Amino acid sequence: MSTVTLPEDGSFHLTEEPHHPEGGNTMLGFWIYLMSDCLIFAVLFATYAVLGGSYAAGPDPKELFDLDLIAVNTAMLLFSSITYGFAMLAMQKHNSNQVIGWLLVTAVFGAAFLGIELYEFHHLIHEGAGPQRSAFLSAFFLLVGTHGLHVTFGMIWLFTLVIQTRKFGLTSAMQRRLSCLSLFWHFLDVIWIGVFSFVYLVRMI
Amino acid sequence: MKTLRLALLGSLLFLAACKTVVLAPAGDVAAQQRDVLVISTLLMLLIIVPVIALVVVIAWKYRASNKDAEYDPEFHHSTRLELVIWSAPLLIIICLGALTWVGTHLLDPYRPLDRVAAGKPITEDYKPLQVEVVAMDWKWMFIYPEYGIATVNEFATPVDRPVEFSITATSVMNAFYIPAMAGMIYAMPSMETKLHGVLNRPGVYDGLSAHYSGHGFSHMKFKAHAVQPAEFDEWVAKVREEGTALDSTTYAEMEQPSEAVPVTYYNSVEPGLWHAIVNRCVDGTRMCVDEMMALDELGGFGAAGTMNVTELTTNVFTRGPTPFGNAPVTVDAFCTVLDSQRIYGNDEVIVAARDTSRLRGHGLDRSGLSLTPVITLLAAPQGAQAL
Amino acid sequence: MSLTEFIFGRLTWAAIPIHEPILIGTFIGVAVIGLAVLSAMTYYRLWGPLWFNWVISIDHKKIGVMYMVLGIIMLLRGFADALMMRLQQVLAFGGSDGYLNSHHYDQIFTAHGVIMIFFVAMPFVTGLMNFVMPLQIGARDVAFPFLNNFSFWMTVGGAILTMLSLFIGEYAQTGWLAFPPLSGIGASPSVGVDYYIWGLQVAGVGTTLSGINLMVTIIKMRCPGMTMMKMPIFTWTALCTNVLIVASFPVLTAVLLLLTLDRYIGTNFFTADLGGNPMLYVNLIWIWGHPEVYILILPLFGVFSEVVATFSGKRLFGYTSMVYATIVITILSYVVWLHHFFTMGSGASVNSFFGITTMIISIPTGAKIFNWLFTMYKGRIKFELPMLWTLAFLITFTVGGMTGVLLAVPPADFVLHNSLFLIAHFHNVIIGGVVFGVFAGINYWFPKAFGFRLDPFWGKVSFWGWVLGYWVAFTPLYILGLMGVTRRTRVFDDPDLRIWFIIAALGAVLVAIGIGAFILQIVVSILRRDQLRDVTGDPWGGRTLEWSTSSPPPNYNFAFTPVAYDLDTWADMKARQYERPVSGYVPIHMPKGTEAGIILSAFATACGFALIWYIWWLAALSFVAMIGYAIYHTFNRDRDYYIPAETVAETENARTKQLAEI
Repeated sequence: MSTVTLPEDGSFHLTEEPHHPEGGNTMLGFWIYLMSDCLIFAVLFATYAVLGGSYAAGPDPKELFDLDLIAVNTAMLLFSSITYGFAMLAMQKHNSNQVIGWLLVTAVFGAAFLGIELYEFHHLIHEGAGPQRSAFLSAFFLLVGTHGLHVTFGMIWLFTLVIQTRKFGLTSAMQRRLSCLSLFWHFLDVIWIGVFSFVYLVRMI
Repeated sequence: MKTLRLALLGSLLFLAACKTVVLAPAGDVAAQQRDVLVISTLLMLLIIVPVIALVVVIAWKYRASNKDAEYDPEFHHSTRLELVIWSAPLLIIICLGALTWVGTHLLDPYRPLDRVAAGKPITEDYKPLQVEVVAMDWKWMFIYPEYGIATVNEFATPVDRPVEFSITATSVMNAFYIPAMAGMIYAMPSMETKLHGVLNRPGVYDGLSAHYSGHGFSHMKFKAHAVQPAEFDEWVAKVREEGTALDSTTYAEMEQPSEAVPVTYYNSVEPGLWHAIVNRCVDGTRMCVDEMMALDELGGFGAAGTMNVTELTTNVFTRGPTPFGNAPVTVDAFCTVLDSQRIYGNDEVIVAARDTSRLRGHGLDRSGLSLTPVITLLAAPQGAQAL
Repeated sequence: MSLTEFIFGRLTWAAIPIHEPILIGTFIGVAVIGLAVLSAMTYYRLWGPLWFNWVISIDHKKIGVMYMVLGIIMLLRGFADALMMRLQQVLAFGGSDGYLNSHHYDQIFTAHGVIMIFFVAMPFVTGLMNFVMPLQIGARDVAFPFLNNFSFWMTVGGAILTMLSLFIGEYAQTGWLAFPPLSGIGASPSVGVDYYIWGLQVAGVGTTLSGINLMVTIIKMRCPGMTMMKMPIFTWTALCTNVLIVASFPVLTAVLLLLTLDRYIGTNFFTADLGGNPMLYVNLIWIWGHPEVYILILPLFGVFSEVVATFSGKRLFGYTSMVYATIVITILSYVVWLHHFFTMGSGASVNSFFGITTMIISIPTGAKIFNWLFTMYKGRIKFELPMLWTLAFLITFTVGGMTGVLLAVPPADFVLHNSLFLIAHFHNVIIGGVVFGVFAGINYWFPKAFGFRLDPFWGKVSFWGWVLGYWVAFTPLYILGLMGVTRRTRVFDDPDLRIWFIIAALGAVLVAIGIGAFILQIVVSILRRDQLRDVTGDPWGGRTLEWSTSSPPPNYNFAFTPVAYDLDTWADMKARQYERPVSGYVPIHMPKGTEAGIILSAFATACGFALIWYIWWLAALSFVAMIGYAIYHTFNRDRDYYIPAETVAETENARTKQLAEI
């Protein structure tokens, strides 16, 4: 809209079709979607804040969490964000092979993150500290699990984009899609920073 | 103005004629709440009536067929009018807001009464009637700790004696409401709410659950009797005479869901029962919620806490088997309050105490620090072995 | 686990309510009507046109109309529930149990609430926004046309799940917000609450996406010259509503997710045991629930503003203060949620804070009422149907607003909460505001959508049925509330109450006449469409851009992108003798219809159904199918086309001819 100047003769219509910058809507729409997703996480964080101390005479975070493991896990996700950044740089240079390469590296880090998380969950449930044991554990599994689910969907999406980049090349539509996933991936990173500090670090001190 | 007042009075009379208990209650608290209601209504009518009149007048006057009326399509802004438009409701809301702030604090259901009726202040040494109310599926239980009796679906109080209700529920949410006496307050499981009220006129009033609670909700009613003190003593004697004992066994029977339960009397109440009801540990094998919270405050019970559970076999109404996940569990008691009283007598080991008095506005006196002992019974494992 | 159990989950023959004569009767009725419609469509060979012109259409106008149709169908169901409740409360006196047992009655009031809010009011509001808003801002479609179609079909999916509960299994018996622990697996082990959860989750996805879509449309796709402060007021209210949708529906999604986990894997969020806290649910759901109220009413405030200005022949009085009032309401709607449960015992200071914030909302609302008044002042008011609805709204809603503020005063709320007074209050604002507004909107924009006006006679019958019906039905409820009668009660002892219930039931009959007359109004108007035809495209002397194009508008809306210089662009154009261009057409870029929306929604609905009945294989399969199909859809690059300049010229020349004939 802003790219169009008003007709000088005060006419009430444009004679040419205005040119809409392609994809401008998509990026804004995706931003708004991310904000709404952010609200879901806000509710989950709030739930954790309310219920996080209700151990129901069960284990507490100090007993359960292995901070070293979580640190490795966090590193995996942060690395994946960096490598996604490299993919975006490659996209700017229109090097589709490089884009695919970096996306695959990102996927490896993402898979490592998910693997460690699954290991942690399995370990906790095996110890009898599953989501049913206390409200604290319910809130913990939900918050971390929802984030994990998002990462899983991000991975599916990522593989889809790898295939599409191969098939279609770096067209403007593909660039837009890669940018959306980029936003999504970094968003999950930001959420994880929140999870890491608020769920793990704070409770361990 | 006079006709307006007459009209208002007339409509009030009309409403009173059809037993609008909310507008003509028998208790001082409800009467004050009614006053707030009426004053707020009148305040708002100050603006509502002119608005409605204006709608009618303007719509009629500027009808298209009335060519005499002025037509000014350019009249779409006026700073002065805008000021009036925004400030008139603002003024009303300022008055109403002040009324709300004061009224809400004065009529806070948690606040002990300072008068039994207009002009009848409470003396220092006056003790309110303590009543412990349990909302069950689907009936009401009233425990009178002062008299050691309990009833189901019948409540009685001497007139002009303030009543302090402590309210909880066994399974789902309800709202405890005697419209003639005072406003309602929720009854919630593992929580205790308070309500202060008084009945000033002798009579039989309706009491009910005002929050939908499932299948038998419509029959979850009781009668509230306001009687002279002497009659109240007779009533207590009658309950003692006709009643049976209320202990954890008879309680468990009564707790089972049932509808339209007839009035039932209990002539004795097992000590500690109320505490156990609020904390969901009447059956004696479960850890009380307050013990659990005290443990949580200390950081939970560690890995051992994953072992200290029992699969739920009896129906507790709020939980049940789910398609995924393990069977629901409850946390085992180390030692119940009742056990502890058996072992230690009345020498409770108070390990921690919580200030449970409520937050209130700066303008109001605190009712004093009310420290509730949280009996964590850290010595309990020994006691449990001794058992 | 047996094979049958694996295949059908907990779905057995016992789930079919053959012992309930009312449901069997309903089923036969629905089946007969359904069969008649299906065979008529087959006979007249309408399946193709239905599929290609409507089902897969991504045209915002058609999607808007489909939303309205959904709203009308669901209104009939929701209102049938209301009639049944009224009848039960008339009969259940003096020891009589009425004709509904509590199992049935409790489902009815739950379904009534859920359906009226989610599947009547929401589709109406979304439908109006969908149809009108892009036209008002001079856009060709919404920002994401495919998403729009998908959102609609998700809403339908949710509605289908909710309706299925009539004939397969049962609906929730919890009240429309399904508070735990009552909605927990222990107290409600059956499928009712699961129908509730998955119906709302499926529809909720649609609502959230539609909110994002319309929000981006308003922000990005306004025609040149239309700055924010030159946007039509309806578009402003639509913007605020969609902001509210985007910023509140995720909360509903999340809180229902928590309830789902409690019910499906035995977590302890709301269980009152093992550290859970049911009051968390009450807080969270009202954090969504209160903004939801404004989601419903704000667009109708917009409708009333457009209608008042048009039928008074004047510009809206105090446009700027209207806009700010709307924004203030939007923001304040997030800080009032606790007024729905003062009686929880949150302490006097908390209660008075939320009471006072609630009252503050009445200031901008009051300002709006005055603005409408002064718009009429010195106007030339034509009492067409939309204006009649608006006047009825002004009077009815003011009273509802007053009782609302009363309920926001905590001491008064303690005696009125959960009573029939509360029921009367919110019907007062929802019928008096939302429903009246929807009818004003339907009567106002119907000629734009179909090219002919709605029949005024049956419109007036419908109007008086609704308005009188509302007052006769709900004034007794105010009185009953003052008599201490609680909502959701099925049987009564006190015979003095009965007369009021009888009057209320008569009111419901009047409303039924109103609804019947509305249906008749549509039928009669279709039959008399030639007499009611409007070829000008501007039957009311409208002021905003939607009236500048033909009725119904071509699928590209405007042959040339309009340009705005002032508020009320169309009024400005008319005032400055704007000449409609008759040549120089250029090709127009448009999106293509796609069946992806309905297919994805069908998978989602199947997945919801499978989860309700524990048919895990179907749930997994439909979920995977949904994801797989969505991915497949992203490979489809054939999504748009150009309408050639010749086609545009043909359409526009036909209109030129038509206009010349007037």
